[in-house]
Amino acid sequence: MNIVVLVKHVPDATADRRFEPDLTVDRVGVDGLLSELDEYAVEQALQIKEKRADGEEVVVTALTVGPEQAAEAARKALQMGADRAVHVSDDAIAGSDALATSLVLARATERLGEGAPVDVVMCGMASTDAGLSVVPAMLAERLGLPQVTLASVVESQGDQVRIKRDTDAATEVIGGTMPLVLSVTDQSGEARYPSFKGIMAAKKKPLETWSLADIGLDASAVGLAAAYTTVEEAAARPPRAAGEMVTDQDGSSAAALADFLASKKFI
Amino acid sequence: MSEVLVLVDHVDGAVKRSTFELLTLAARLGTPAAVFIGAADAGARVAEAVRAYGAQRVHVVDDAPIKGYLVAPTAEALAQLARQVEPAAILIPSGAEGKEVAGRLSVKLDSGLITDAIDVTEDGAAVQSAFAGNYTLTGRVTKGTPIITVKPNSVAPVEAAGAGTVVPFAAHISDAARTAQIVATQPRQATGRPELTEAAIIVSGGRGTGGDFTAVEALADELGAAVGASRAAVDSGWKPHTFQVGQTGKVVSPQLYVANGISGAIQHRAGMQTSKTIVAVNKDEEAPIFELTDFGVVGDLHTVLPAVTEEIRRRRA
Ligand SMILES: Cc1cc2nc3c(=O)[nH]c(=O)nc-3n(C[C@H](O)[C@H](O)[C@H](O)COP(=O)(O)OP(=O)(O)OC[C@H]3O[C@@H](n4cnc5c(N)ncnc54)[C@H](O)[C@@H]3O)c2cc1C
Repeated sequence: MNIVVLVKHVPDATADRRFEPDLTVDRVGVDGLLSELDEYAVEQALQIKEKRADGEEVVVTALTVGPEQAAEAARKALQMGADRAVHVSDDAIAGSDALATSLVLARATERLGEGAPVDVVMCGMASTDAGLSVVPAMLAERLGLPQVTLASVVESQGDQVRIKRDTDAATEVIGGTMPLVLSVTDQSGEARYPSFKGIMAAKKKPLETWSLADIGLDASAVGLAAAYTTVEEAAARPPRAAGEMVTDQDGSSAAALADFLASKKFI
Repeated sequence: MSEVLVLVDHVDGAVKRSTFELLTLAARLGTPAAVFIGAADAGARVAEAVRAYGAQRVHVVDDAPIKGYLVAPTAEALAQLARQVEPAAILIPSGAEGKEVAGRLSVKLDSGLITDAIDVTEDGAAVQSAFAGNYTLTGRVTKGTPIITVKPNSVAPVEAAGAGTVVPFAAHISDAARTAQIVATQPRQATGRPELTEAAIIVSGGRGTGGDFTAVEALADELGAAVGASRAAVDSGWKPHTFQVGQTGKVVSPQLYVANGISGAIQHRAGMQTSKTIVAVNKDEEAPIFELTDFGVVGDLHTVLPAVTEEIRRRRA
């Protein structure tokens, strides 16, 4: 069985994230890390592997797309326990939108499936930077696969997958047949920390770097120039004006707070 | 003028307010037309609702053969309809499902996609907020049919008389689109409060509640508000995940957000920072949430909330 887990290297959310002069996200000048939300995907991929340990061989491949530092995200996945990693890196990719990113991921997944077919493409619920949550759907569409998304619980047996998903209206159980695209939420279970053994073992695991040519894509298909959308303006939101503050003593603030709510017509 | 397709958000034919908001935006770009995917016999009822907000046509796709099959068939139906009517744009409600439909649709139609718009202008630009609301982006689709998902509460729905002509559309759904299926559903118990993403007022509680949401809920009910929670409160098991506001929960933008016992971590702010008015109650005057507040109370929420709830009640009496 082959599981490909998508991992993204993102700017640290607690750092000062900003835009480049060309209005793309500055991915080089700020500290980055493996998107925390992708750690849950790695975890669930590893759990599938472990649950099947006695029956069949499961290979977990971490796949990342991005500039040089993105390899760190792949390395972290290897330390957590993924078997191998692929980093698609090409100067032409900078500034790619979700459509182009999903194209790169689709071609890379297809190439990974050349030896033995890919059964599950595992994703996080969103990236912590752009947060579009559309890449799994686009990727599924490109690969012609069903998608079962936003799982809080994942179960699989043979080629059958069942997930639990909480929506506003209901808790749903969704079933699908492999191959498929699966995404998991941060409710799916704490992701493991790399152990010392894992960190040492990761050094010997294969981490390949592929160019666009390696996955049969032309540079013109990706990057800012190939984008289907443009950003015309990125304006820093004006800081909120300092508001009123009161200190409460045994409920003394109630009148002032009620006055404020009344002044805004909430009561 | 070309049609602008609006995917109707509904529960068994009861149209949600977000649909009216999308129709209002659609009128800026062309002729508003609703797309209803649901029970064919609910078509007339839906048409009645959407024509009051300017829908000239209502394309009805019978969902009998695709019910329970998630987003792939919806995207397929929309793509076929779009090829037929060649709309000026397609507007979709920005929930988890809407975004997935939009993602598939944009690949099918080879068209650009903008998600989570908070406004759409006459000339077709879409406004989004980025990085936890610290930036406002203005962008547009430059290739294909613009597909834009719009967040609820982005615009006030404007009533406008539309013809609301029902036009049945026979979509051809492939077997491949019917491979992932809902096999069981357990409806959530109704809380009697507004839905988080649609509420005009939200009263939230965090770790500072210590697990006792009584005071938070009493104020919420006095204000007719929805109840929200921080992840710390959700992770502690005090509220289900559907209550969570923030990066990995709901992103909300109500008229009023009242944060109680919530420190204001970046991931929480990402979900509420664009609220129009923000109030917080927190014991710690250094709590980062106070960087956002229009009105801040430094104090114990278990004292402050009952006192203010009582005060509001007294003034209303
Ligand atoms: C990938 C990722 C995603 C995340 N997504 C989300 C998300 O979607 N939503 C979210 O909320 N968080 C999210 N978080 C978690 C976030 O970082 C914070 O840990 C969380 O928001 C803290 O919740 P809190 O403010 O309730 O708790 P704390 O940070 O512990 O704050 C509690 C506050 O309550 C105050 N307090 C205590 N007692 C009282 C009292 N009696 N009266 C008044 N005030 C009191 C304290 O002064 C303190 O400020 C995410 C984190 C990560 C890493």
